[in-house]
Amino acid sequence: MFTFAVGSALSIASILLAVIVLAALLIWVERRMLSFWQERLGPNRVGWFGIMQVVADMIKIFTKEDWVPPFADRLTFVLAPAIIMIVVLMSFAVIPFTPEVGVIDSNVGVLFVLAMASLGAYSVMLGGLSSNNKYALLGSLRAAAQMVSYEVFMGISLLGVVVLAGSFNLREIVETQADGWYIVPQFIGFLIFLIAGVAESHRLPFDIPEAEQEICAGYHTEYSGMKFGMFFVGEYLGLVLISSLITVLFFGGWLGPAFLPPIVWFSLKAGFFIMFFILMRAALPRPRYDQLMSYGWLFLLPLSLLNLLVTGAVVLVSTTATM
Amino acid sequence: MFRLIKDTLLSQAVTLWGVFRKLFVKADTVQYPDEQPYMFPRWRGRIILSRDPDGEERCVACNLCAVACPVDCIALQKAETEDGRWYPEFFRINFSRCIMCGFCEEACPTNAIQLTPDFEMAEYVRQDMVWEKEDLLIDGVGKYHDYNFYRVAGKQVAGKDKGEALNEAEPVDVRSLLP
Repeated sequence: MFTFAVGSALSIASILLAVIVLAALLIWVERRMLSFWQERLGPNRVGWFGIMQVVADMIKIFTKEDWVPPFADRLTFVLAPAIIMIVVLMSFAVIPFTPEVGVIDSNVGVLFVLAMASLGAYSVMLGGLSSNNKYALLGSLRAAAQMVSYEVFMGISLLGVVVLAGSFNLREIVETQADGWYIVPQFIGFLIFLIAGVAESHRLPFDIPEAEQEICAGYHTEYSGMKFGMFFVGEYLGLVLISSLITVLFFGGWLGPAFLPPIVWFSLKAGFFIMFFILMRAALPRPRYDQLMSYGWLFLLPLSLLNLLVTGAVVLVSTTATM
Repeated sequence: MFRLIKDTLLSQAVTLWGVFRKLFVKADTVQYPDEQPYMFPRWRGRIILSRDPDGEERCVACNLCAVACPVDCIALQKAETEDGRWYPEFFRINFSRCIMCGFCEEACPTNAIQLTPDFEMAEYVRQDMVWEKEDLLIDGVGKYHDYNFYRVAGKQVAGKDKGEALNEAEPVDVRSLLP
């Protein structure tokens, strides 16, 4: 029933290391890019172009006091930031980076990613709930509602790709894109997945669960030190994950002209989307909470269902015509 | 429907493009310690006491600056030389209170107290923020190169009698009937 082609231990270790280092580096990349887009310079003091700012931040966050508020529910409070890290890193297991690099080759890859994204909602819910703080509770309520509702059509928007590829296996989905990326037939699916992905990783236009100006820092108001750092790195890991998923599902993963190796193509495509997410943070204002919900349920859900319906009909017609 | 797409997608795309173009715009940041910003000559910064073109102190200890000061950071005491000139015995500005408003400069009748474009006045010890007269007094004339209070005022000092100042008429002899 389940077929797993397990990658080598070296491959697993290098993916884990690369992904975490990348997520940490993104803290600096984001600050630098945001400042360029706002006509500032950003952190450029520590090391070459400020790249050692990451190390400085790490030293600071690791040496901070590891403090749990006395009114918090201790076990859940400590558990919550670990969940998001684990869940997002687990999702990277099914991402096919190149034909050779990848952790597992699962025939339910798409479902696995969606399942892990759903589990990620527990992290912010438990984090806000266990903080025993009004703002944190508000943040986690918002997070729960937002993630549950956006997960619905995140899944539905993916189904168009699954129908076209005829497989839930992410590696096979990439391989079927050899004669054309799915961005062309699934453009609406791509847009919906992009929007849902932003909402799912609560990045800035949809960072309503942690909206600083409205509810302090939302669900991680009470967190500090490395536990806050876990939420923070988890968010950047989510950003890398969504970018990788968009690359795999709609932009042909590692496929590209042969003058560059597959891993470079994958990195370029994923990097483009990471930059795009950062640009969205620099440019777009946050919608109101009810706008976000009504936009999701009243516009994106019907649109994604329609997209799936049309895709299914087209595939059905074309396959019956050839038979 | 069209309205919805226009409001949700198109306007966001326009904003994204507008912000993306900022990548090619030079940053406004002045990297301060490495790069000194241009300070305008009229900038209201560190306060100095200037001297007149003869090299004497301009300050006549009239106390108008201390009165004008909204935060009461100026303290001074009048003294008088043997040749009749007034001067401050001490002149003290507490820069931890000073708000660089420039009212003292406006109040000063002799152009003695002036604000300069220097602003780098941080100290590690709070007491060092209190500047005494020898810290404030400079050797130059500041912004006003030719102004010399005792040469234009009617005040009588040694070496300059009544009526000898610039543009000053001879004193009227009140006991004479002649015009």
